Amino acid sequence: MDKLNNQQLLQQLTDHFGEDITRHEEPYGLLTVHTNKERIIELLRFLKESVGFIYLTDITAVHYPEGENTFAIVYHVHNLVENIRVRIKVSIPVSDPKIPSATVVWAGANWMERETYDFFGVQFEGHPDLRRILNMDDMEVFPMRREYPLEDPNRVDKRDFYFGR
Amino acid sequence: MSKPITELTSNRPVFEEHDPEEVLTTLNLGPTHPATHGVFQNVLQIDGERIVSGVSTIGYIHRAFEKIAEHRPFYQITPLTDRLNYCSAPINNMGWHMTVEKLLEIEIPKRVQYMRVIVMELARIADHIICNGILGVDTGAFSGFLYLMQEREFIYEIFEEVCGARLTTNIGRIGGFERDFNAVAFTKIEEFVKRFPAVLAEFQELFTRNRIFIERTSNVAAVTPEQALDYSWSGPILRATGVDYDVRVLSPYCSYEEFEFDVPVGTNGDVYDRFMVRNEEMTQSIRIIEQALEKIKGEPKGVFHADVPEFYLPPKEQVYTNMEALIYHFKIVMGEWETPKSEVYHAVEGANGELGFYLIHDGGRTPYRLHFRRPSFINYQMFAPMSSGMLLSDAIINMSSLNVIAGELDA
Repeated sequence: MDKLNNQQLLQQLTDHFGEDITRHEEPYGLLTVHTNKERIIELLRFLKESVGFIYLTDITAVHYPEGENTFAIVYHVHNLVENIRVRIKVSIPVSDPKIPSATVVWAGANWMERETYDFFGVQFEGHPDLRRILNMDDMEVFPMRREYPLEDPNRVDKRDFYFGR
Repeated sequence: MSKPITELTSNRPVFEEHDPEEVLTTLNLGPTHPATHGVFQNVLQIDGERIVSGVSTIGYIHRAFEKIAEHRPFYQITPLTDRLNYCSAPINNMGWHMTVEKLLEIEIPKRVQYMRVIVMELARIADHIICNGILGVDTGAFSGFLYLMQEREFIYEIFEEVCGARLTTNIGRIGGFERDFNAVAFTKIEEFVKRFPAVLAEFQELFTRNRIFIERTSNVAAVTPEQALDYSWSGPILRATGVDYDVRVLSPYCSYEEFEFDVPVGTNGDVYDRFMVRNEEMTQSIRIIEQALEKIKGEPKGVFHADVPEFYLPPKEQVYTNMEALIYHFKIVMGEWETPKSEVYHAVEGANGELGFYLIHDGGRTPYRLHFRRPSFINYQMFAPMSSGMLLSDAIINMSSLNVIAGELDA
C-alpha cells in the first residue's frame, strides 16, 4: 500500500467535511487545513479514529489583531504509522473566544489548552479544569495578546533612547 | 479558616478532633523540595504513605520566552532556547537554528551537519547522565551518580572548547557554527568516545542487576502505550512503554538518516524500563558520534558554515576593513533581512522527547509568533493523575525518571 500523502489526506477530509474545510495550504510540505469551531472536534476524532492520527503533538493559539481581530487555534497532529503530520487551524473572534475542548479526544490536550487559555484567554468549552497554569492565578490579563506590550511602557527606571525596546 | 493562636496553643490533645488514622494529610511537595529537582509544587493528599490524589502547580520559573521571542531577531532567540532544557542546551540551539534554516531554505554543508550531530548527541548523553544518575541517588545509590558526573564534566569541557560556554551554550549560528572545532575539541571528542563506554558499563553494572534497585523501580509507575500516546508522551519515557517513536528516525534532520543506530524500546513502561532505555540510548549516541567522526574525515576541511552572507555574520576582521562585510554585519544585527512570510514547524528529538518549534513569520525583524512544544511540559501532566494510589517514595522516583526540567516545563 502506498504511503498516505497530503493529496489523499486532503481528499479524505474534503469528502467528509466538504464545505467546512474552508481553506488549505502546504507551507514547507505540512498540510494545513482551516475549519470552523462547530466541526473541529468531529474532525479531530475522524483523524484519530479513521485516518490513524493517534498522536496530538501540540495545541496553541495565535492572535491576529489586524482586520477582524481573531485568534487562530492551531492543532498539530501526527500519524505515527504513516509518518505524516497535519496542521488544523480554527479562527475564532477575540470578542467571543470559545471553542470546544479537545480533551474528549486526547487526555493530553488538557495542559496544552490550559496554557492557551492562560496566555490568550481562549475558553475551551467542556475542559475539565480550565485554570491558569504558568502565570499566577490573580493575573487579570492574557499576556500573549498583541495589545499587551512586553514591558510596562510607563517604567521610568529603564530608558534606552537610542535603540528603543 | 485558620484558628486563632490561643486555640492552637491550648492544651487539648491533638487527636481529639483529628484522629490521624481517619483524616487524609495534605503534603506540600515543593516548590523547593530537595526530592523534586526543580522548582515545582505538588499538593498531595496522602493516606499514610499512599497518595490519594494530587494537584501539580507549575510556572515558578516562567520567564515569558514566547512573548520575549516576539520582540527579538532570530539570532537573539538562541540564548532563550538555552534556558529551556538547560541540561542539554545544544539540542535546543540546533533545533532553533534548523527551524530558521528551514524557513529560509538554507542548505547546510554535510560537514556542519555531522558536527551538529556530534554536539547534539553529546548533549543527549549529558542529559541522560543527569537523569539516570539522579534516579540512582533517589533510590539510595549515590556512587553511580559520581562516576557519571565526571564524564558529564568532560562533555562540558568539549562544549567549552567548541563554543566557550558550558551550560547555557548558545552553540552555533543560523547557517552553521561560529567557528570550526579546533584540534583539542576533536581530540577530546575522540577520547570521550573511547573512554565513556567503559564508565557506562561500570555504571550499569551497579544498577541493572542490583536487587535493591530492581525492587525499587520495576513495576513502579508502569504506563501502557495507549495511555502514553493519549497523553502525548514522547522521548525515552514513551519508548519505554514500547512505542518506537523517535523524531531522528521518523522525520530525520541533520542527515540522521545516514547513521546506523538502534532505537531502544521497553516493554513495561515502568521506571526500570525508562532507566534501561536511557542507558541504551547513551550507547547508541556513542555509536552515532563514532560514525560522525568518521564521516567528517571524508568532508572538505575547514567548512563550518553555509555560504549565506545575508544571514551569517561575516568574520570580524573583515567587518573592520571591507565595506560589504560591514553592510552585511549591520543588516544582520539590525534584523534587516529578506525573509519569507510563512510558517514552519520543526521538531528535533530532545533529550526528553519531541522538541518542536512552531514559527510564524510575517517577514519582519522578529517572529510574529513562536511557540515551543516542550516535551517536559507535555510529559509532566500525567504525573499527578498517575500518582494516585502510588506510595510517596515511588512517586518521587517516578518524577525523577520523567526527567522534568523546570526550565523546559515553564518556558
